[in-house]
Amino acid sequence: MKQFGWYSEKVMEHYLHPRNMGEIENPDGVGLVGNPICGDMMMITIKVKDNRIEDIKFKTFGCGAAIATSSMVTELVKGKTIEEALSVTNKTVADALDGLPPIKMHCSLLAEEGIKAAIEDYRKRKENERRGP
Amino acid sequence: MKPIYMDHNATTPLREEVLEAMLPFLKDQFGNPSSLHSFGIRAREAIEEARAKVAQVLGCEPREVVFTGSGTEADNLAIKGVAYANRNRGDHIITSRIEHHAVLHTCRYLEKQGFKVTYLPVDGYGMVDPDDVRKAITDRTILITIMHANNEVGTIQLISEIGRIAREMGVYFHTDAVQTVGKLPTKVDELGVDLLSLSGHKFYGPKGVGALYIRKGTRIDPLLHGGHHEWGKRASTENVAGIVGMAKALELRMGEMEEEARRLTALRERLYEGIKERIDHVYLNGHPTKRLPGTLSLCFEYVEGESIIMGLDLEGIAVSSGSACTSASLEPSHVLLAMGVHPALAQGSIRFSLGRENTEEDVDYVIEKLPPIVARLREISIFSPRMPFSAMAGPRRRP
Repeated sequence: MKQFGWYSEKVMEHYLHPRNMGEIENPDGVGLVGNPICGDMMMITIKVKDNRIEDIKFKTFGCGAAIATSSMVTELVKGKTIEEALSVTNKTVADALDGLPPIKMHCSLLAEEGIKAAIEDYRKRKENERRGP
Repeated sequence: MKPIYMDHNATTPLREEVLEAMLPFLKDQFGNPSSLHSFGIRAREAIEEARAKVAQVLGCEPREVVFTGSGTEADNLAIKGVAYANRNRGDHIITSRIEHHAVLHTCRYLEKQGFKVTYLPVDGYGMVDPDDVRKAITDRTILITIMHANNEVGTIQLISEIGRIAREMGVYFHTDAVQTVGKLPTKVDELGVDLLSLSGHKFYGPKGVGALYIRKGTRIDPLLHGGHHEWGKRASTENVAGIVGMAKALELRMGEMEEEARRLTALRERLYEGIKERIDHVYLNGHPTKRLPGTLSLCFEYVEGESIIMGLDLEGIAVSSGSACTSASLEPSHVLLAMGVHPALAQGSIRFSLGRENTEEDVDYVIEKLPPIVARLREISIFSPRMPFSAMAGPRRRP
C-alpha cells in the first residue's frame, strides 16, 4: 500500500478512492462548514427517509486528511438514523481511519460539524414546511 | 521510475566529492582544531583552507568569514549580534514582510526586548522597493536586513541598490543569502552588504553548517560565549567535516554556476509552459524574470496544496506547498499573503524548486502526472469556475 507522510493506509485509501463523493440533487439537508481562507471546507448533502439518512454525498476543499475524513464520515452515517448520525464525533471518524496525526485532528472536527450542520438544515427545512407559507 | 526530487530550496543531496572530502575528518583526522598537537594542526589547516575558499566566493577576507551551525544561526547572529552591540546608538531595525522565519521570528523576539522593527511591504511580485527602505530609515536605525532571494517564490531583491542607500545613511546592512550563494554571484562589495548569511545544505553541501560574513569593523556581539573560536564571535568546537564539506560544495558550484543557471531556467520554463498548457486557472507567484533559476511557485485554484503534494508523492515526485495544512503553524504562506495573493488561493500553492539532478525527462514526467491529480481534486472540491472562492469567502484581491 502506498504511504504518504504520517497518514494511515485507511486515510490513503479514502484519499485515492473517496466514497459518496458528489452532490445530491434536491437534498433534504445541506451542511456547509469551514472556510477556503483556512484551507478547509466541506459540503455535505443528505436525503432523509423515515428518519434515516437514505443517501449522503460530500464535496471537500482541503488536504488529504480533510478528504479522507469527509469520505469516512459519509460511510459511517449512511443508512443510520438521525440520532445515530448525530452521535458520530470527530474521534469516531479518526478512529475509523486508524487514527490521524495530532496536527490533523482538526480536520476530523470539520467532518463531525458537517454532518451536524446538514441535519440541522434538514430539521429547519422540515420545521418551515410544517409551519407552512 | 526513480523518485523525482523537486524541492531543492528545502535541501539538496550531498555530492559524492563533498562526502569524500568530509570523510577523513569523520575518521582518522578527528582532531580538535584548537589543539596544539599534530591532530589539532591538521584540523585547523583544513578549516582555514575552507575559510579561504568561502572568502574567495564572497570576495572578502578570510577573517571576515565566521562559521556557524546553520543559515538560521547566521541570521540570528547577524541580527541579534548587531542589535545588542549597537543598542546605545539606536533601537530600530528595518526588514521585509517576506523574510524567512529565521529573520522574522528573530525580529519579533527583539521587539519583545524593546527594539522597534519596521516590516516593509512588497509588491505583487514580492519585490521590496528600495525607496521604501530609504523612507523608513530614522536616526535610530541600526540595521537593515533584506533577503537576497526569497525561498518560496524565488524573487530576487534589489540588494545593490538597498546597499547603496544603507551605506549612504550609515546603517548596517545584512542580507540572508541562503538561497542565492552557489546559485548567483554573491560578492559582498557588489551587493553592498556588511553581513551575509549562507547555509551549506542549500548548495549540495552537508546540513548542520553555515557561515556569516561580517565586514571588518562591524560592531557585533556573539550569541555563543565560551571560547575564543571564530575570533570570539562564535564559541564552539568547529564542525570540521561540515566546514570542509561546505567549502568543497561551494568550490564545485563556482565552476558550474553560470551554466546551471541557464539550464535550470530553461527547465523551469519548460515545466511552467507544460503545466499551463494542460491545466487552467493556474497562477505564477513571484517575478517572471528576476527570479531564482530553478524556482517555480504556482497557485492551483479551487484545490488545496497538501492534497496535491500527496498525489505527486504517490507518483514519486517531491515538491512543497505554502498551504496552511503543510506548515507546522497551520497558517498559509506569509510570503504569498504579503504579495497580495488571496488566502484561499494561497492554500493551493505548490513550489517546484529544480536542481542539478533534474532533467527534461523529469520535467516531462511531472507535466504528465500533475494534470490528472489536479483534475481529480477539482472534482472532489466544492469550488470551480461556477462556484469561485468569492462566493463563500469574500472578494478576491488578485486574479
